[in-house]
Amino acid sequence: MPSNECTSSERIARCFEKSRQEGRPALVVYLTAGDPSPDRTVELALALERGGANLLELGVPFSDPIADGPVIQRASDRALKAGTTVARVLDIAREIRARSEMPIILFSYMNPLMRYGLERLCADAKAAGVDGCLFTDLSVEEADDTVEVMRKSGLDTVFLAAPTSTERRLELVAQHSTGFVYVVSRTGVTGERDSVAGGVDQLVGDLKRLTSLPVAVGFGISKREHVAAIGQYADGVVVGSAVMRVIEEHGSALDLEARLESFCKELTGRA
Amino acid sequence: MKSTPQMPDSKGHFGPYGGRFVPETLMAPLEEIERSFTEAREDAAFQAELKDLLENYAGRPTPLYEAKRLSAELGGARIFIKREDLLHTGAHKINNCLGQILLARRMGKKRIIAETGAGQHGVATATVCALFGLECVVYMGAEDMRRQRLNVFRMRLLGAKVVSVDSGSRTLKDAVSEAMRDWVTNVGTTHYLLGSALGAHPYPMMVREFHRCTGDEARRQMLSRVGRLPDTVIACVGGGSNAIGIFTAFVPDEEVRLVGVEAGGRSLQLGEHAARFEGGSPGVLQGAYSYLLQDDDGQVSLTHSVSAGLDYALVGPEHAWLHDQGRAEYVSASDREALEAARTLARTEGIIPALESSHAVAEALKRAPAAKDQIILVNLSGRGDKDTDIYRENFPELDNPDAK
Repeated sequence: MPSNECTSSERIARCFEKSRQEGRPALVVYLTAGDPSPDRTVELALALERGGANLLELGVPFSDPIADGPVIQRASDRALKAGTTVARVLDIAREIRARSEMPIILFSYMNPLMRYGLERLCADAKAAGVDGCLFTDLSVEEADDTVEVMRKSGLDTVFLAAPTSTERRLELVAQHSTGFVYVVSRTGVTGERDSVAGGVDQLVGDLKRLTSLPVAVGFGISKREHVAAIGQYADGVVVGSAVMRVIEEHGSALDLEARLESFCKELTGRA
Repeated sequence: MKSTPQMPDSKGHFGPYGGRFVPETLMAPLEEIERSFTEAREDAAFQAELKDLLENYAGRPTPLYEAKRLSAELGGARIFIKREDLLHTGAHKINNCLGQILLARRMGKKRIIAETGAGQHGVATATVCALFGLECVVYMGAEDMRRQRLNVFRMRLLGAKVVSVDSGSRTLKDAVSEAMRDWVTNVGTTHYLLGSALGAHPYPMMVREFHRCTGDEARRQMLSRVGRLPDTVIACVGGGSNAIGIFTAFVPDEEVRLVGVEAGGRSLQLGEHAARFEGGSPGVLQGAYSYLLQDDDGQVSLTHSVSAGLDYALVGPEHAWLHDQGRAEYVSASDREALEAARTLARTEGIIPALESSHAVAEALKRAPAAKDQIILVNLSGRGDKDTDIYRENFPELDNPDAK
């Protein structure tokens, strides 16, 4: 069992602390790297930050994203067709880091990073200014080796907690996580929904009894009122598909950056 | 040769392979299936009900047939055929479906979902759902629906809803992804009746256990009929359920060669075949770690096989372990070799095999001439009715004999 006594990423801890002091949830934004093309991702990420994003989940596109709904599936397809590789995603992270102190975590399925080589990935990610990783399809049962390598590199490991997680599983998730814990708000794949699922507040509460880490809630979050409602009990709110939909609909628009910035402002009530 | 430990470790690993690579939402449900399966195995009433269904509904035991004309034509080994093609619904898939439907009922699930490639697993799933009055949804790649139209209709006739999957290569892999997305969404009410020895633990072990009757029977039949074990056992390997079903009984018999046949497709260039052991390397897809056809950046490759049931990028994890230990060997048969083997078996024995099983027959045809005094056992996992359209396309001279 890996210990999470080690120092958490400074940037992630500071980001949640700052949001707490401001009395608002941290806005965590998911962005598929390479959609609509790898050349654009850096500017899109910076636009999200200007709009109020506090933490970036940089999505590594994968051919078979089993946890994702249609919007992110299509985003991944476009990114892969545009030639996005793991190495290119790390370059993108490095370019963002050169211009921003926003924490960055890689959001990925296991296989592309395994193929790149986990030790090599951790070294290169750390050097690029990445703060942590979340592997969508890595259960805590399979995670010990990966967590150990990441800890050695000083990267945070963010794990998912789900509505189906038993008490014992929540404990395992808490033990394996550093940086923050990501609560999946509902059973299902990623994608926008009209309302926040019931019972999320209780799941966040259960988790907070097991860990002092910040807890962010995602899956299905797409509107200002969702952000406000979840902000009542969670430290962070994750928005993904709603952002990728803006990119899908306006990918070729010259003012895509401005649109993303104002979408984030709308989400956080700064518009 | 070291004998293989036949149970995975407590986390579902066969050596380094297998395990559970799924989103957290599916972890507790997988634990529930494992618990339920473990209890059912010890439950005499469950076992009695399954035995009754296998015998009186599905038609077990299946015959072990000596293919004398085929053997004579090849002039070498005696070839025996395990006739899983004679099972109800036309393939071995029904063994696993009966087991899992009883398990689903035991867990109180009301809705069953499945993926299908060739449609044989979809038909078997639709069949057991009809038998137990449960709702059934089958995910199938659009390309597979086109090439296996007859099975699409059979599923609908049995009351199942067939959902066309248009993503990726529109074949089995994409159908599995879509079934997993349905499962993660409806996990409270729904059992995912996975059709091969693939996916996250406990599926590979559980599916194997429901299919091991094939090998247990064949081994007994071999001993009582011939008084000895076969020298070689051959089966086709897509995910690998029929192969693991017949191999398992023979794994401890170190003198018996186990041969798995993958789809060689059009050529052994990446994207043109589904021979994971020839062109793949270990990776994670859809819940399990095993040999995977992937590119240099870890993206899953497209695959091709004339046989929809073998057209998949990952091999079942226990096969990866049998391979690495040298306990089983894996070869491939090309589309053309499989088609010709089907024709040879039809002509010499009056048996039209499924295209998947034809890959195993093709390997037997290669080995038999040089294997005098030996016995080759072929698992004929399915019958070829569903493939009639493909056989027609590929043998136009038979379809229009006057057109020559």
